[in-house]
Amino acid sequence: MIPLSFYLILSGILFACGVAGFLIKRNIITIFMSIELMLNGVNLSFVAFAAQWHELRGQIFVFFVMVVAAAEAAVGLAIIIAVYRTRETLNVDQVNLLKL
Amino acid sequence: MLHLGLFLIFGLVCVAGAVNLLVQRHPINSALSLVVVMGALAAEYLLLGAEFVAAVQVIVYAGAIMVLFVFVIMLLNAGEEERTRGSHVALLIGVPGLLLGVITMTWVLLKRSGTLEVSIGSLPGPPKVLGWLLFHDFLLPFEVTSILVLIAIMGAVVLASRPETPQPAPRGRAQ
Repeated sequence: MIPLSFYLILSGILFACGVAGFLIKRNIITIFMSIELMLNGVNLSFVAFAAQWHELRGQIFVFFVMVVAAAEAAVGLAIIIAVYRTRETLNVDQVNLLKL
Repeated sequence: MLHLGLFLIFGLVCVAGAVNLLVQRHPINSALSLVVVMGALAAEYLLLGAEFVAAVQVIVYAGAIMVLFVFVIMLLNAGEEERTRGSHVALLIGVPGLLLGVITMTWVLLKRSGTLEVSIGSLPGPPKVLGWLLFHDFLLPFEVTSILVLIAIMGAVVLASRPETPQPAPRGRAQ
């Protein structure tokens, strides 16, 4: 028997690491990976609550989160490629114009 | 006791991978530590009795999505990120704020949900039951998701495709 709070604390730590990476990293690909880390932290709390309340619907929501993450990764990486093609850099400090 | 030990081991691997993602300078190292985090999370899902979620986590996240990331890193030849000077105000306010948030969150979670316990394997997630739920109760969200994926595929192709070479006769496009 593992307390539910352990799972929630682990989920919170992962989410906090994702937020920190989103804020401190300068490489646009690493920032994107931090977003994936945040989604993973949320997924863990979904599954933990599903096991807690004996409700399988929580696991269904994990699949939807995964699909949205996959779609987001595809579109986001395409945007990164488009940005790199025009700017020749991946540093977000140098990408400060909306105009291409 | 065994379950608690396994939880702690894989949880430590998770946190170590997440911290390593922040510390590493090269994107490929960050991507590989993210793969480690996802594998350890799949083990945590197995401990919670969600076998199908664990399998999908390994296949979709650690497999497909991370391969996409590594592919883009290789394609763009991403190098180490240069160190930039951080703001001192952010450091002065952010670190105590982060500590305060972590302590408050831990205290609330331990106080309010310390009595509830997740028993291992009490809720098996067999693919049969999950599939029935997905294709019966959640049929409309499932179909909407398929449209979302279709739009994402088309958007990715349009965005990543090479821009057309300038035509000799522009078709009325404002330059």
